[in-house]
Amino acid sequence: MLEDRPWEAVGLTEEEYRRCRELLGREPNHLELGLVGLMWSEHCSYKTSKVHLAKLPNEGPGVLQGPGENAGVIDLGDGLALAFKIESHNHPSAIEPLQGAATGVGGILRDIITMGAHPIAILDSLRFGLLEAPRNRYLFAGVVAGIGWYGNCFGCPTVGGEVYCEPVYDGNPLVNAMCLGLVRTAGIIRGRAEGPGNPVLLAGAPTGRDGIHGASLLASREFDEKAEERRPSVQVGDPFLGKLLLEACLEARDTGLLVGVNDLGAAGLTSACSETASRAGTGIELELDEVPRREPGMTPYEVMLSESQERMLIIARQGGEEVIARIFRRWGLEAKIIGRVTADGMIRVREGGRMVAEVPAAALTREAPVYHRPERAAERPVLDLGALPDLAPSQAGAWLARLMGSANLASREWVYRQYDHLVGVNTALRPGSDAAVLRFKDRPGGVAAAVDGNGRHCWLAPRLGGALAVAEAARNLTVSGARPVALTNCLNFGNPERPEIMWEFREVIEGMAEACRALGTPVTGGNVSFYNETLGQNIYPTPVVGMVGLLDDIAHVTRQGFQSAGDRIILLGRTRDDLGGGEYLKLAHGLVAGPPPGLDLEAEVRVQALCLEAIRAGMVRSAHDCSDGGLAVALAEMAVAGGEGARGLDVDLAAAGGSRLDTLLFGETPSRIVLAVAPAAAEGLLALARRHGVAAVELGVVTDGRVVLRQGGRTLVDEATADLEAAWKGALPCLMAG
Amino acid sequence: MRFGVVVFPGSNCERDCFHLVDQVLGRPVRYVWHQDTALERVDCVILPGGFSYGDYLRPGAIARFSPVMGAVAEHAGAGGLVLGICNGFQILLEAGLLPGAMLRNRSLQFQCQDVFLRVEDVETAFTRLCRPGQVLKVPIKHGDGNYHVDPEDLAARGRVVFRYSEADGRVTPEANPNGSMANIAGLANLEGNVVGLMPHPEVSAEEVLGGTDGRVLLESAVRYWEERGPC
Repeated sequence: MLEDRPWEAVGLTEEEYRRCRELLGREPNHLELGLVGLMWSEHCSYKTSKVHLAKLPNEGPGVLQGPGENAGVIDLGDGLALAFKIESHNHPSAIEPLQGAATGVGGILRDIITMGAHPIAILDSLRFGLLEAPRNRYLFAGVVAGIGWYGNCFGCPTVGGEVYCEPVYDGNPLVNAMCLGLVRTAGIIRGRAEGPGNPVLLAGAPTGRDGIHGASLLASREFDEKAEERRPSVQVGDPFLGKLLLEACLEARDTGLLVGVNDLGAAGLTSACSETASRAGTGIELELDEVPRREPGMTPYEVMLSESQERMLIIARQGGEEVIARIFRRWGLEAKIIGRVTADGMIRVREGGRMVAEVPAAALTREAPVYHRPERAAERPVLDLGALPDLAPSQAGAWLARLMGSANLASREWVYRQYDHLVGVNTALRPGSDAAVLRFKDRPGGVAAAVDGNGRHCWLAPRLGGALAVAEAARNLTVSGARPVALTNCLNFGNPERPEIMWEFREVIEGMAEACRALGTPVTGGNVSFYNETLGQNIYPTPVVGMVGLLDDIAHVTRQGFQSAGDRIILLGRTRDDLGGGEYLKLAHGLVAGPPPGLDLEAEVRVQALCLEAIRAGMVRSAHDCSDGGLAVALAEMAVAGGEGARGLDVDLAAAGGSRLDTLLFGETPSRIVLAVAPAAAEGLLALARRHGVAAVELGVVTDGRVVLRQGGRTLVDEATADLEAAWKGALPCLMAG
Repeated sequence: MRFGVVVFPGSNCERDCFHLVDQVLGRPVRYVWHQDTALERVDCVILPGGFSYGDYLRPGAIARFSPVMGAVAEHAGAGGLVLGICNGFQILLEAGLLPGAMLRNRSLQFQCQDVFLRVEDVETAFTRLCRPGQVLKVPIKHGDGNYHVDPEDLAARGRVVFRYSEADGRVTPEANPNGSMANIAGLANLEGNVVGLMPHPEVSAEEVLGGTDGRVLLESAVRYWEERGPC
């Protein structure tokens, strides 16, 4: 019975209920229990992840704001800063893909806006089950349409991302959205309810009944057969209102009257009030009758838990409320006083003159339970490479075409063509290369961003997989001409109440932390998404790294496509016999087995330093990270992306390394970069590589029309670039057509 | 010559157009609020892209009732210059300043990509610096750019200015990204002072963004105005 076990209805355990009673010193009433249940949900409290997240390095010379705020902020110098953050919206998207993805984008945009920043770019990282299943195609199409709908209408370009399809994401797709924004350093706003007596305003859309229990029942539980019934827990977005909210917030920011701003996302008013108060060590007293509503008859419980979108909590300077309200009215929005900041640390909720809830802000936030959940290391399949027949030379060309046309390696044009990736007129490097680059309008440089994560690697070897994700993100920025600076991470995992999942989680974090320290890229915040389990099936541990880097000069932007025939092609880094966890192993042998390729972090740092120095010295015409699909796929992609007259290559891979044909062509050894340089620059580049202690070999030249790969005089691949391009570009449209 | 960029609720290319005029062309420009009823100190008014009023009902269908649209019509009637880009073009259609209407893209998807435009008419205020048949590379980014018109209505009230083409200027079905009738990408009124187009010239006005072909529209407008002299 509900009365006997009141904790169950709000997603708490009996033990947690007892803790709540102790903190309050009495039995919570129905509303108070709801607030506590919501704020102590995994999604809001990080009760399971907290102890491990603390291991991630989060400080660095340029970090102005680390974890704990609505977004991280790094210094760009001369009074400008960059706010950025990634968040998941997995479970809502599994149930209602269009709205789920759209509100994920809306939420991350508001996180950036609350910092006082103007959003300049969105990236998204997506995972689905195999596209042969109609349900997965429906989810994929809906998610892409949702991201596009929100970002396009809002007017923030979606400039990059990644998509992978694996059976483990069946029924539990991942939708992670990252946003970057620019803010004057002096104008950075934080989510803090400072100054007792200051008015608390609710701005934006009126409050309705949508999204109630999104955070606690949707995001903090695994899926079962009844998942569909939770559709009412999914929020409904309105990008038009989101855009108006942006404009009003930016205008209000410039008045200097904003003390603190917080997004109303997961857990709505409850979360926004308790977090802003807790961060500032204050309290908030709310008059619920003042909350503008979309419909009559809402209970205090519904008002406090609603996740209606396009709302912001604003703490204003006393006396500034009328100016702020006028700005919002000009944009057709309401900004209404719904309470005051108090000094005593309590969240008080009044309705109809009656106190309906009274809970310490700290009890809802800092004093939430913290768990050290048990772990158990898992055995994962190990590849016996010696027992695996090597690729026959006569099959090399066919396999290259097959890989180029596989769902995980094929062109993402079908996706990014649906996104406005140009609005804002900053996009200097468009989607389709290793990273996206946005130029700064008021100074010479720009910012690069990339999202990366390989769930298969992380499942096979969590610690290594975590490090590989960080290294690859950094490499993607480096080859695009940027110096990696900092990252935000979205940690998508299964059910943490299972010891194996906790082991995966801790290992991944420790691996990421090692790589972050080696590469000098602190973590400025992020998001944890647990309970990605459907009917007992857990997803691969999927940490997604959203990394940002800086370019001092926008002329350093480097693309993967070849620029001109005759350029010399040089491979940096050694190729080892690495097939574990790779795309080829899965496609050719039906095997998901490890370990994934080992990562030497010192070698990684050296190869990236070399690449960046060569780009800055003007030696590099094209550069491409060599990862998924290996060297052959990387080379073919550079030809396919090549400019007029430079869409081909002729290389001899004999000196590239790898004792087998399959590892040479398709092995995914990290810390490798393919460069194309002008003939006159080749010698200088090889000399520079020697100085950096990086293995570098000249493989051949850029040509036009054909992709020719040889090995010591033997021709392995001789394919028309146009055919490879057709396989690569045609794959996703063809798969999505069913 | 002074430019004005109209801001409707939901416009999202107004800053981009402002940047083009102010930073790239170095000409005076100001924002015009959708509730303004007069276009003071503006010689060329730009209706920017975006999703005015969230594209609710139909793209441009609500914005056409904005107070500023009366002033825009007056301005056009008096020979002032009007450029509608994407959603701005849709608003001009809805307002009846140009003939025809927009349907959803044939793909039923939003499409963001570079396209080639063949210049069909070099007599308008916004194309007078183009060569006849010149091909411009300019991106599109829209979901409702599938242009339809009654041919008689078009002949009576408009002139085709741009058609989607191949890089060499051939107008082919393959070069048509959205299903527009006769590959029409942009048109003008009979007088040539009001031009609307779906592609975004402001996105192809700087090398760093991938090309500068889009500049010629506003450079043409400046030349036109200088030759015409102050009114």
